[in-house]
Amino acid sequence: MSLQKIGVPLAAIVIFLILWELLVWANGWPNYKMASPSDLGPAFTRYWELFFIYGWQTLWRTVAGLLLAIIFGTGLGMTMGFSRTLRDGLYPLLVGFNAIPKATVVPIIALMFVGAHDFNTVLIAFMISFFPIAVSVSIGLSTLEPEYRDILRSLGASNLTIFWKIALPKTLPEFFGALKIAVTLAFIGTNLMEIVSPHGRGLGALFDSGKTNSDYPLMFAVLIALAVLGIILYYIVVVLEKIFAGWAERSPS
Amino acid sequence: MTDTPLIEIRDVSHTFHTESGPLPVLDNLSLSVADGGFCAVVGPSGCGKSTLTRLVAGLMKPDTGSVWLHGEQVRSPRATVGMAFQNPVLLEWRSILRNVLLPLEIVPTKLTRKQQEDRARHLLTLVGLDGFEDKKPSELSGGMRQRASLCRALIHQPEVLILDEPFGALDAFTREDLWQTMHQVKAQEPFTSLLITHDLREAIFLADQVVVLSGRPATSQYVMNVPSTGPRDLEALYTPDAADRLAILRHQIQVAQGRKPARREAAQ
Repeated sequence: MSLQKIGVPLAAIVIFLILWELLVWANGWPNYKMASPSDLGPAFTRYWELFFIYGWQTLWRTVAGLLLAIIFGTGLGMTMGFSRTLRDGLYPLLVGFNAIPKATVVPIIALMFVGAHDFNTVLIAFMISFFPIAVSVSIGLSTLEPEYRDILRSLGASNLTIFWKIALPKTLPEFFGALKIAVTLAFIGTNLMEIVSPHGRGLGALFDSGKTNSDYPLMFAVLIALAVLGIILYYIVVVLEKIFAGWAERSPS
Repeated sequence: MTDTPLIEIRDVSHTFHTESGPLPVLDNLSLSVADGGFCAVVGPSGCGKSTLTRLVAGLMKPDTGSVWLHGEQVRSPRATVGMAFQNPVLLEWRSILRNVLLPLEIVPTKLTRKQQEDRARHLLTLVGLDGFEDKKPSELSGGMRQRASLCRALIHQPEVLILDEPFGALDAFTREDLWQTMHQVKAQEPFTSLLITHDLREAIFLADQVVVLSGRPATSQYVMNVPSTGPRDLEALYTPDAADRLAILRHQIQVAQGRKPARREAAQ
């Protein structure tokens, strides 16, 4: 890890915070209009315990939704990637489903499974994030050059062998590209449910309580906490990508 | 060499059914290649040459007629065939060595892991890729990738090597290098080869039998035997004999394209 990799992003964050502070200070905004970074410290120290508990709740539900999205999205992508008929049939349905703003689905789900808070939240995180995964896997599989298939088929390999040895690894770069998008989406899904559905769990609920109590620094502090969690999850995916699909990255030489 | 041809294509006809109607590609095509022979197939673009390779590899079945390898009718893919295409289709996530070893993960083999690797290294050395075993395909040039692809096609000691325009996308000098490499490989490995190509010079340099296909639907229009004298030198392409052969083949291609009327050819 070089100065370039750690130092530069850190410097960028510090500069961002300074500019933010200056913006609030120069305009003389009170903290109910816009909290400044210096207001966040007290908010974090006062509620640090809640941040940990709620942050963990948000995190595990996001990850659970994401795992479901990976399993279902990969399965759906495989079906659509291998069968033209299923692809033609399912695509419009899938696009239509994705086009529905999930904020409108949240109250429906909340009513449908009333009281099942964890389930509701995981479900929304899943519903919002499986689409890019399914699409990328299906495109990755359906655009596999026929020669790749022929190389193994001409030796008598089964379709399953071709999938494991060639199709799956070859699709991994697209899969991870989609997963980076899905991580952020799943996060949005979890928080939508936490904010809209009144069940007092997760960072979304903390945000909501900040709103009810006109505690503006707390609301901004939640936003920052969400950003930090988002960054952590995103970089976990980046590390996994380096491990499993690092070959797709060309050396800069 | 034995009397039964190793590759035999008997009266094969095939029609594709496309959205714009039936498209006949092969019409009563017959062709045979002796054990250890090297047959080059040339013909106008889109005349069904690649269909021919897929039939021989058992990836497709002809509508009528039959394909025989070593006296057995081809009904499905078989492990005694190796293939290389214009696109080297190396697996980017594997090292060159592991790419070459790929067929041995499918085909049953008696070789131990160590023997497999030794054979792969031997082939890589034969095509001039020693020292590149642990490189990734993206670190190699187009010609080098094609060499690796050739090693992969040969690793399981196939009886039949099918080459579908393997040198088509390479520049002229690299291509000539690879022709010579082909001769070196051929001198050491006991395969029978079917080469699809657009390059007449390549055909007479590599093959001992050149088959000109007619335009679609393709049938065998003309067969030229090139006396086999073992590995050839590139100089052999600039002799009066080679010039005559190229002229005949060029004429036959033009006939196949429908640009010139067929007339009796004196040479051969």
